[in-house]
Amino acid sequence: MLKQKLADVFNEPGCEKNQAKSDKDRKKGCTVKGLTPGAAAGGCAFDGAKIALQPVVDAAHIVHGPIACEGNAWDNRHAASSGPELYRMGFTTDMSELDVIYGGEKKLWKAIKEVIAKYDPPAIFVYQTCVPALIGDDVIKVCATAAEKFGKPVIPVNAPGFAGSKNLGNKLAGETLLDYVIGTEEPDDARPTDINLIGEYNLVGELWQITPLFDELGIRIRAGITGDARYHDVACSHRAAVNMLLCGQAMMNVARKMEERWGIPYFEGSFYGIEDTSASLRTIARLCVQQGADADLIERTEALIAREEARCWERIRSFTPRLQGKKVLLYTGGHKSWSVISALQEMGMEVVKSSVRKATDSDKSKALELMDGDAEALVGAIPNPEMYRMLRAGEADIMLSGGRTQFVALKARTAWLDINQERNYAYAGYDGMVELVRQMDKAVNNPVWQRVRRPAPWDADFTGFDA
Amino acid sequence: MTIYPPANVLVQKKACSVNPLKSSAPLGAAMAFMGMDRCQPLFHGSQGCTAFGLVLLVRHFKEAIPFQTTAMNEITTILGGIDNVEQALVNVAKRAKPALIGICSTGLTETRGEDVAPELRLIRQRNPELQNTAVVYASTPDYVGGMQEGWAKAVSAIIEAFVPARNQAAPLTPIRGQVNILAGVHLTAGDLEELREITDAFGLEAIILPDLSGSLDGHVPDTYCGTSYGGTSLEDVACMGASVATLAFGEHMRKPAEDLEAKTGVPSRLVLNATGIEGCDRLMVMLSEISGRPIPPRFRRQRSQLVDAMLDAHFHFGGKTVVMAAEPDLLLAYSTLFNDLGAVIPLAVSTVSTPSLQRVPAATVQIGDLEDLELGAKEHHADLLVTHSHGRQASARTGIPLYRVGFPQFDRLGSAHRATLGYRASRDIVFEVGNLFIEAMPNHLLRHGHDEHGDHSVHHEGACGCPGTLEASHGCSHSASC
Repeated sequence: MLKQKLADVFNEPGCEKNQAKSDKDRKKGCTVKGLTPGAAAGGCAFDGAKIALQPVVDAAHIVHGPIACEGNAWDNRHAASSGPELYRMGFTTDMSELDVIYGGEKKLWKAIKEVIAKYDPPAIFVYQTCVPALIGDDVIKVCATAAEKFGKPVIPVNAPGFAGSKNLGNKLAGETLLDYVIGTEEPDDARPTDINLIGEYNLVGELWQITPLFDELGIRIRAGITGDARYHDVACSHRAAVNMLLCGQAMMNVARKMEERWGIPYFEGSFYGIEDTSASLRTIARLCVQQGADADLIERTEALIAREEARCWERIRSFTPRLQGKKVLLYTGGHKSWSVISALQEMGMEVVKSSVRKATDSDKSKALELMDGDAEALVGAIPNPEMYRMLRAGEADIMLSGGRTQFVALKARTAWLDINQERNYAYAGYDGMVELVRQMDKAVNNPVWQRVRRPAPWDADFTGFDA
Repeated sequence: MTIYPPANVLVQKKACSVNPLKSSAPLGAAMAFMGMDRCQPLFHGSQGCTAFGLVLLVRHFKEAIPFQTTAMNEITTILGGIDNVEQALVNVAKRAKPALIGICSTGLTETRGEDVAPELRLIRQRNPELQNTAVVYASTPDYVGGMQEGWAKAVSAIIEAFVPARNQAAPLTPIRGQVNILAGVHLTAGDLEELREITDAFGLEAIILPDLSGSLDGHVPDTYCGTSYGGTSLEDVACMGASVATLAFGEHMRKPAEDLEAKTGVPSRLVLNATGIEGCDRLMVMLSEISGRPIPPRFRRQRSQLVDAMLDAHFHFGGKTVVMAAEPDLLLAYSTLFNDLGAVIPLAVSTVSTPSLQRVPAATVQIGDLEDLELGAKEHHADLLVTHSHGRQASARTGIPLYRVGFPQFDRLGSAHRATLGYRASRDIVFEVGNLFIEAMPNHLLRHGHDEHGDHSVHHEGACGCPGTLEASHGCSHSASC
């Protein structure tokens, strides 16, 4: 069962990367190299599945497994809800040694029953994990029986950790939605300006940086898949007019299969950076009109874009006096890093190095153009010791990177800002870009750096106290 | 103080744990390994086992956490993961050059029943790259116990691997004044700093195992380091057999202490609790006996400060209803202190049934989760919740303030430095919690100058021991009502 699913998601025809592979490589899955023991980082498939589904905020999410899978991880993400809080509660069968010996199906059944009795959620997602998968607990069967008996959706999420990486878990979560949720209910208010945002999880509430724009244009989010989602909305999401696919290829399967099954056109877009935000809004408007929305939507969208872009650039420029001349080390995957570079340069900041580890060729050439052809400034992976050396030596005033290198910067006593793209970027839309700049100002201009970099009185390079 | 009979420990009857209190055993083991110098903890499991634990530790300590994984997948799990262990060891040794790699197993690898320990010798023989890196293996299935149990297993594994057994023919000459301290998971980096100061003051030289105060005390090293930086060195561990005594902190350190004593003959003593006046007194007497020195004046002063803190704070603690949730030994520490001051604990929740729980002064001890805590708080109209940061949801829903203790504390700074051990730390806890109670008092009581008293029904005359006519030197500030 899981094997078929894996073959299916590895075969995703909508994924460019996948289609570029040989048949042999495709079978190996998305992480072609495989995970290297002793040199792997990141979450497992279960982690990825949970990330992708937990933002269904009114559902209960039960983890079937020993304590580590939920006990070490519950309520640890920043997917925000505008209402229900049930998704933040941790539910787990907390399997004991006896459960491992005798099997955990009965305990899971009882757990589902208890959760329904106490919390009565509109739906329950049940996550399979490694240990019960290994001992052969049939989560799919237990869920099917429970759904029938209790008369509500009980959805098995078959993505045990050992199946693969976090990214794979995202994909399997998408398959789960396609198999059990999307299209299972009918809305009574479908409009040609209804859209779904696929692969958007409303991390740190970034969705709400975009919704005012949609509201103004009369565009309605039918469902976030799954950011700030209600179960009912996801179940009805097949009646949306347009699908926007965010965050790269992880949920490509959902977008493509929804097009296949319900004829919903989709496009890949991003609300990260000014150019991408505008482009995404334009595409949404165009596709909505194509799906029957009033043609004036396009004009209204253009007017909004012109106004917001001007306002955004003006606000960014207002930071110039505080940020001009500051040196930035930009350490992201490199995907779309050029759009950050252009904003930084607008304020007169100097990008000393930008990593292009995972960048596409077009990303690279755009970045290179912005960097005046300085190929040496575009780098691959920087090993931590070298990164530490650069920052300690003051080669940059601030590093923008993901959480993994946070302490390299801080221990080198250098300003740091989290702009992790793997978690779908926390600074969305026009306001988000201004917010990013504001945060950067706050970080790099904090007087703390002068204080913590000063040698101690007993150090050889101590030069005396302030006058 | 309520004298309770041995606690009534209720087992968990629910199938679904709601809002878990427990973190996993491998995480406890890996955290213990972080207390070893230049160590790289390695989880033998799927990469998620590592990632979840790593993220939680980063959020708690706000430090880089160098955990690695053997990255098991379905096939390697079924066929056996020794190759993955070998690759991981070689890769880690090459890249991070640690002095020690501490392996902890997980539910995944234990379900198959993989026996890694005997293979390690062969792996070392095959890979000369490992000659400068020691390796230790702790068996810590996720489905047995919580952090406390995993931590203890790691300490036992370190003792088993690196403490030389006593040579009957030529026993080591004990080093005068050297003591072993087996630190439990309930002790913070701040506690261990305190403990070292205390033992120093008695003229004792302590080998602390494991020593988080060397590695996860939030300091800024001079160079980049890809392993733990600081902690117990293997050289120190090798010397433990020459100590005159071993002090083991927490019931869960009993087994490691027995292991150490059996191996070295060094007599061990168990410090069940070093929080609150009774526990601190016992610790002082113990150290005085071991060192042959009187209790230094500074601790007599600190004890006096604690007594005074208790006098000032008992107004606020007296009659308060507190529900708590923590691993057994931490629960014992806090519940004892609260009970000493007159707080009533109708319900304490813990993770596993251990002898420590018998001593917890609570009407009921439930093996359970934070849902049990929340329901108990509502049922008993609690004034305060005491548990780790995950109690924040229960606190928000019930409106009852939360006092954060233990692990994890991801929404607070400086958790590693918050101490529970000794007179000073006990005094500070008394003040912190007392202030929470004061803050929760209704305004009309504060306005009338009653803020010195926790309970408005207390008569002021005599209640604080001050006479009706008050002199400034008495130090009582509620002169309006006295």
